[in-house]
Amino acid sequence: MARKLWLLVFIVGCRTEPSRAAGSMDVARDTTRLAGSDSFPPDDGQWVRPAQDYASTRFSSLTEINTGNARNLRVITTFSTGFVRGHEAAPIVANGTMYIISPFPNTVYALDLTKPGLPLKWQFNPKPEAAAQGVACCDVVNRGLVFDAGKLFFNTLDDHTIALDAETGKPVWDTKVGDIQIGETITMAPLVVKGKVLVGNSGGEMGVRGWLKALDETTGKVVWTAYGTGPDKDVLIGPSFKPFYAKDRGTDLGVSSWPPDMWKIGGGTMWGWISYDPQLDLIFYGTANPGPWNADVRPGDNKWTTTLFARRPDTGEAVWGYQITPHDLHDYDGINEQIVIDLPIGGRTRKVLVRPERNGYVYVIDRTSGEVLSANPFGFVNSSHGVDLKTGNLLVNQDKAPKVGMVVREICPAAPGMKDWQPSAYSPKTGLLYIPHQNLCMDEEGLSANYIAGTPYVGMNVKMYAGPGGNRGVFQAWNPITGKEVWSIKEDLPVWSGTVVTAGDVAFYGTMDGWFKAIDARNGAVLWQFKTGSGIIGQPITYRGPDGHQYVAILSGIGGWPGALVSAGLDARDSSAALGFANAMKDLPSKTTRGGMLYVFGLGS
Amino acid sequence: MSTARLSVLTCAAAALGIVGVCIHAARERAYAATPLRICADPNNLPFSNQARGGFENSIATLVAGELHRPVEYFWWAQRRGFVRNTLNTGDCQLVVGTASGMEMLSTTRPYYKSTYVFLTRHDRNLAIRSFDDPALRTLKVGVQLIGDDFANTPPVHALANRGIVKNVVGFSVYGDYAEPNPPARIVDAVARGDVDVAIVWGPLAGYFAQRAAVPLDVVPVSPRLDLPYLPFVFDIAMGVRRGDSAFRQQLDEIIVRRKPSIDSILIAYGVPLVDIRAQTQRNQ
Repeated sequence: MARKLWLLVFIVGCRTEPSRAAGSMDVARDTTRLAGSDSFPPDDGQWVRPAQDYASTRFSSLTEINTGNARNLRVITTFSTGFVRGHEAAPIVANGTMYIISPFPNTVYALDLTKPGLPLKWQFNPKPEAAAQGVACCDVVNRGLVFDAGKLFFNTLDDHTIALDAETGKPVWDTKVGDIQIGETITMAPLVVKGKVLVGNSGGEMGVRGWLKALDETTGKVVWTAYGTGPDKDVLIGPSFKPFYAKDRGTDLGVSSWPPDMWKIGGGTMWGWISYDPQLDLIFYGTANPGPWNADVRPGDNKWTTTLFARRPDTGEAVWGYQITPHDLHDYDGINEQIVIDLPIGGRTRKVLVRPERNGYVYVIDRTSGEVLSANPFGFVNSSHGVDLKTGNLLVNQDKAPKVGMVVREICPAAPGMKDWQPSAYSPKTGLLYIPHQNLCMDEEGLSANYIAGTPYVGMNVKMYAGPGGNRGVFQAWNPITGKEVWSIKEDLPVWSGTVVTAGDVAFYGTMDGWFKAIDARNGAVLWQFKTGSGIIGQPITYRGPDGHQYVAILSGIGGWPGALVSAGLDARDSSAALGFANAMKDLPSKTTRGGMLYVFGLGS
Repeated sequence: MSTARLSVLTCAAAALGIVGVCIHAARERAYAATPLRICADPNNLPFSNQARGGFENSIATLVAGELHRPVEYFWWAQRRGFVRNTLNTGDCQLVVGTASGMEMLSTTRPYYKSTYVFLTRHDRNLAIRSFDDPALRTLKVGVQLIGDDFANTPPVHALANRGIVKNVVGFSVYGDYAEPNPPARIVDAVARGDVDVAIVWGPLAGYFAQRAAVPLDVVPVSPRLDLPYLPFVFDIAMGVRRGDSAFRQQLDEIIVRRKPSIDSILIAYGVPLVDIRAQTQRNQ
């Protein structure tokens, strides 16, 4: 019924937007757009996965909302999720319905876009185990669900991957993929590629061994598991594995680059973003940091943590791998998004991945081979001196290495990196990457007594604070060809929300004190802003409603690692709370309060 | 029960006269009858468990007795977020065991001091007493990993500082929570011979050594402190919510007054107490 209506509105309502039939919505959009190109593949107006397309551009070719009229945006409707922890998820739009998922307890709501006020069609409560909250690292977030072939797929904090009938909200299958008893949780949004639901675990802080699993989209059965550490057979490294750099070649490096058996609890989880290139038939993703955090006890490269992998989606087989931050010292997870685009570099078109990395560099990497073409800092970095493009090595600054019982000051970027999970967007129209990120440095000092599971120890006191310039956040437009900033907006608080950019040359993002902003993608001018009820750490999306008009949606609701001070009620007097992030966020409780709410904006009639 | 009935009667009798005093008296009684709510791990002997079989359970009962209040528990695994999800939510008001001076709560005066120990099978005759014993370079050494805050148990750092890494086996302090007392797996590994020596926090080693299938030796480590600042001996205190200073003071008084009883509980559980009997304990 809703689907019929959707089709009808398409025919009637879509005068200005070229569009495909709704039935082809599952087909991936072309991933090989050229920078600066003015022609876009057709956009069906939906938003079926957090990253929008397999290339992870978070770009919409809709133009009804543009630089000329964005100032007229207004609230169309709101919807309370009923939960107060950090809301990091992207709303999803398919078949005239909007789907949202809350943080723990991971309730899923379906809202009817065909009716005024977006009434609730159904809700689903997976009832995850309460104990999962006790093992989650940094707030009990969920980064979103995904729509494919009439079903919704999402993960729960207590390690279930669940498929729902998108029309009815009834579960189709439910697979337990991890174990909270050993510290595993799941916070990432899955990606569905060629009938496989790709899912990774969180919990590197708890001595978890990381993995990425592929589940059969129809049955929920695990088809393959690729571990982040251990022998080649566990990492799914075989004869076709051809790393570009010598440092990443060898047998069973996931064992030999660790002290004996340490790889079994070595981290290398996967709680971030996966991209897919249908032409090369490769998925791309990076693994998280090695554990334990103290690097002295794990001499070696600690493979395959903080490693970018290219794999075959059918088998999981690794085709190449590049370890971005060998022997990580600073918790620089490698789980950020990679955007699949083609760029003119050195006089020819290169198939690349663009990755704004936690260690502070925007990497441009040949996605056919894993060769690093450029790696330029997108903020102030002193924990390393750069990347040697010949060897692929990160040139680590040993003066900034943490040492037990010693104070090491001004390590930049801080542990959350120059940019954490919050995804950037790429506009093929401007040729620019839009990067929401933080500007934080940290001191590490020993001497703080701590106690876990009946065991006392001296904790490393981590204190984070604003980096050079005094602003804690940045929204930045970046030219991936020149490797330089084009413009940037300084934000007082870290920019922990994702972003979206449109063919109307408007980019959207939110601030941790609750402002939702529309920005001119060409020059950074603020076109419009609206203060939502709580701080924003979610991912904005834009879509064409059944009425043919363009809308923008965002979940507001403070939390996450930096926002835990408010959402989890941490004690601001304890500067080491939230692993030292609380020190940088002491003023947050005076700037926002918690509460999850969906906001939908439009131009109105 | 009888107290409650008495208070109702007293209040009814006084209803026409001194109402304010009556309400005050009722509140006092209500407070006295309010259970002492303990924040504790349901699965972590020798400290505490849901069957109330740990020494922290016994000490909680002792403290509640001093306060004339019954004991109730709010159970939560003592991992990251423990204080935030227990004390700070108001679900409970007392953590019986925590490191003295820990920043996220307000700690009482310490009521015991223990030490990390070398745990070995008695039949191996290894007699390791110091981190500088050359045998630690070749033996298989078990340690516990925490993996938080760039931190770890002090023995991990002590060995790493001496370049002892390749022969060290890490056990996650969190273990598998589906099993009983997950941090105790490292003791099982010594008893089985999976590792030659484990360097473990004293209370855990002392308790399980008493119950192991084979005799185990528990020897306090030396030195007590590695420079620049890495202690192996820790003061353990009770913890209350920050700002709950009147309650903390009450506890301080109880700790002083009942020290002998607290000591005998700890000794019964095999806790190696520094300054009381730091000599080698052996379970025959």
